[in-house]
Amino acid sequence: MKFRVPAQLIPLAASAAVLVLLYAGGCLAFDGFTSPRVVINLFGDNAFVGVAAVGATFVILSGGIDLSVGAVVALTTISVAALLGHGVPPLAAVLLVLAGGAAFGAFLGFIIHWFELPPFLITLGGMFLARGLGFMVHPESLGITHPFYGETVGGLAIPVAHVTTASGRVQTLTLPFTAQCFLAVVLVASVAAKWTRFGRNVYAIGSSESSARLMGVPVGKTKILVYTLAGFLSALGGVVATFYMQSGNPASFVGLELDAIAAVVIGGTLLRGGVGFISGTLVGVLILGIIQTLINFKGDLNTWWTKIAIGGLLLVFIMLQQALSRRRRE
Amino acid sequence: MSEPLLEARGLTKRFPGVVALNAVNFAARAGEVHALMGENGAGKSTLIKCLTGVYPRDEGEVTLGSRVIHPRSPREAEAAGISTVYQEVNLIPDLSVAENICLGRQSTTFGLLRWGAMRTRARAALARLGLTLDVSLPLTSYSIAIQQLVALARAIDVAAKVLILDEPTSSLDEREVAELFAIVRRLRDEGMAVIFVTHFLDQVYEIADRITVLRNGQLIGEFPVAALPRLQLVARMMGRDVKEIEAMDHRPAAAPRSGEAPPVLAVRGFGRRASVKPVELAVHAGEVLGFAGLLGSGRTELARLLFGIDQADCGTLEIDGRPATVRSPQAALARRFGFTPEDRKTAGILPNLTVRENLIVALQVRRGLWKRIPRVEQDALVAKFVAALGIKTSGPEQLIKNLSGGNQQKVILSRWLATEPRLLILDEPTRGIDVGAQADIERLIAKFRDEGLAVIFICSETAELARNSQRILVLRDRAKVAELSGAAVCEESIIHAIAGGASPPAGPAGP
Repeated sequence: MKFRVPAQLIPLAASAAVLVLLYAGGCLAFDGFTSPRVVINLFGDNAFVGVAAVGATFVILSGGIDLSVGAVVALTTISVAALLGHGVPPLAAVLLVLAGGAAFGAFLGFIIHWFELPPFLITLGGMFLARGLGFMVHPESLGITHPFYGETVGGLAIPVAHVTTASGRVQTLTLPFTAQCFLAVVLVASVAAKWTRFGRNVYAIGSSESSARLMGVPVGKTKILVYTLAGFLSALGGVVATFYMQSGNPASFVGLELDAIAAVVIGGTLLRGGVGFISGTLVGVLILGIIQTLINFKGDLNTWWTKIAIGGLLLVFIMLQQALSRRRRE
Repeated sequence: MSEPLLEARGLTKRFPGVVALNAVNFAARAGEVHALMGENGAGKSTLIKCLTGVYPRDEGEVTLGSRVIHPRSPREAEAAGISTVYQEVNLIPDLSVAENICLGRQSTTFGLLRWGAMRTRARAALARLGLTLDVSLPLTSYSIAIQQLVALARAIDVAAKVLILDEPTSSLDEREVAELFAIVRRLRDEGMAVIFVTHFLDQVYEIADRITVLRNGQLIGEFPVAALPRLQLVARMMGRDVKEIEAMDHRPAAAPRSGEAPPVLAVRGFGRRASVKPVELAVHAGEVLGFAGLLGSGRTELARLLFGIDQADCGTLEIDGRPATVRSPQAALARRFGFTPEDRKTAGILPNLTVRENLIVALQVRRGLWKRIPRVEQDALVAKFVAALGIKTSGPEQLIKNLSGGNQQKVILSRWLATEPRLLILDEPTRGIDVGAQADIERLIAKFRDEGLAVIFICSETAELARNSQRILVLRDRAKVAELSGAAVCEESIIHAIAGGASPPAGPAGP
């Protein structure tokens, strides 16, 4: 059998190439860029976006869209902070907000399916709803001081590398728990997408909902499950964000859903649904992260350059996808 | 005659305001291909959908083997042993061939899919049809014909006892149809009951063992193929008595066209793959050329080619005797062609715009979008056509969707007349409008003709066609099979020509 890159893998391969190029470029341009610390931070700093983006991937694969991500993440962070402030045990608080996120997603999914309404509008409504609820929980930023956050979660970090600092001291670098969550979510989601009936049904619905229905795919159940999963992962992203920020804030993460969508699309998933990979989203999140890192290293550039770079990249990738799907149609 | 495998008795299905199926009996037998025939609205698809669980039935009983079944979804019908292949390929374009064959019935270990087993199973299902494909490639890497066969492989992969083919050949070319039929014969010989829905008469006589004819939701009858000659089949589908056709008077010849001017539009060897086989035709000024044929015979497809909606891939086209091309509706408009599409509601009217806006839209396009037609001229045009065609509307600013079908059709006609066309293509202009409006439209067609327009008139009603046309081009199975002129323009000749085979007493005149 002769080897060739299947057409469906081309966008993913292109994204991976961009990631490698950006990383190589950073290593050449900046001294400290080769440090393993850069890679570890890349995973740690982007863990909450990444977790939420995995949820968004399922939604987009199914042919839908979820605009409530940022608001649900913010609602989750402030809820966790408030629950801990009221003396709720940390594990109970986390489980509670995860269940809440899943229920919220299920609610949106149910409306979308049952009333046959466009996901864009329903999740837009969900966005305002969750954002408002966040302010109802607590109107401003709330710090988290519970020892569970500082010590327990901090202690879960896994040592992965040793570096020698300029002063000659050997320092151990650890992979934070947030990054572990992100990687675990990517792994489980990849398996779910490729190796379970649910995963394949999501692709089928995204590619052709009417055919999927005639082929006996449980369309409604799958759709509701997709939004439930997205709500759950948004909440998990929120929990991860509280580990990262040690606080909750109802006004935070405005527009996070758009970052998530950008990461999904840059990762090679078609916005029309049916084609894409969870691993692509991992690559997409890392590309967004590495652009941010490069601009931080440059130092003299305004952070808005991140947005400009992401915008340009997004446009290029969307055009690439269009060109590929045109070629395939012929 | 073997015992029926799938049997429906007294099947009734009502939709609001219409009885789609009225106490229909139908039986499919193992080892037989059973064709289900009928014109549009006869109830074929409703019957299929009741059998496959898409619609619940209102009355009647369906038995499979000796068991009464009540499928509530295609999936349940499939589980019971009834599989369907639809006209359009109803598969998932982005998934692999293997997944498309196995979707919903994948085998799993600990909840995880067994991809290897899936591919093996898909290859085995395809092998049964004599196909070898790379099953890991996405479905879209294969042609429509192959995709249709993949759908067939999926349908028989479950232990199907009954296979329903719902117009599976509409997008296939001859060679592909032949391949499909070879496979269907093999499945029939293996003991499967095949139900075949189609509009193509030749295909029915090629493959079917038995024919059931429906009309207007009523069962007309079930016949062994040998006992139902083409003419009788067509007569039954159209609701005519064969004796009535044979006894029918020849209508007097319509006025012959005069003058030696070259035809307004002429095509030679003009066709499009998997749509219309190469056709030769000419239409002159002051003449109505009718297109006859059953639904799916290629009438509308030919009209679309002539108007540039679809592009011909072979043949030549001449306008006024000079070679020309019509590559888009805009080009057709520039050459002063007009076209009223078959489906007035979805392709003709702009429902939420007013009568005036609907009327001027084609003229506006012809003049160029930046040259707005002055309101005074618009109002004058509307007033002129409302009076000339007798459009009943409360005023030019009435929304067109509030008009009756006949009046909507008159507005559409006015839309094209406003562009002062030389050729008007009318696809089923009288469908779904009342008798009075129909008479009006027929009078208008005659008036257009007398004013020197060339008219192409497409119609399912043979009597109406014969009444209004000077010449008639008969299509069957996407090919021109006859051209009738002079004394041969009568219902009888048309029906004979549509049925083919049997030679009518008058004999179709050559082109």
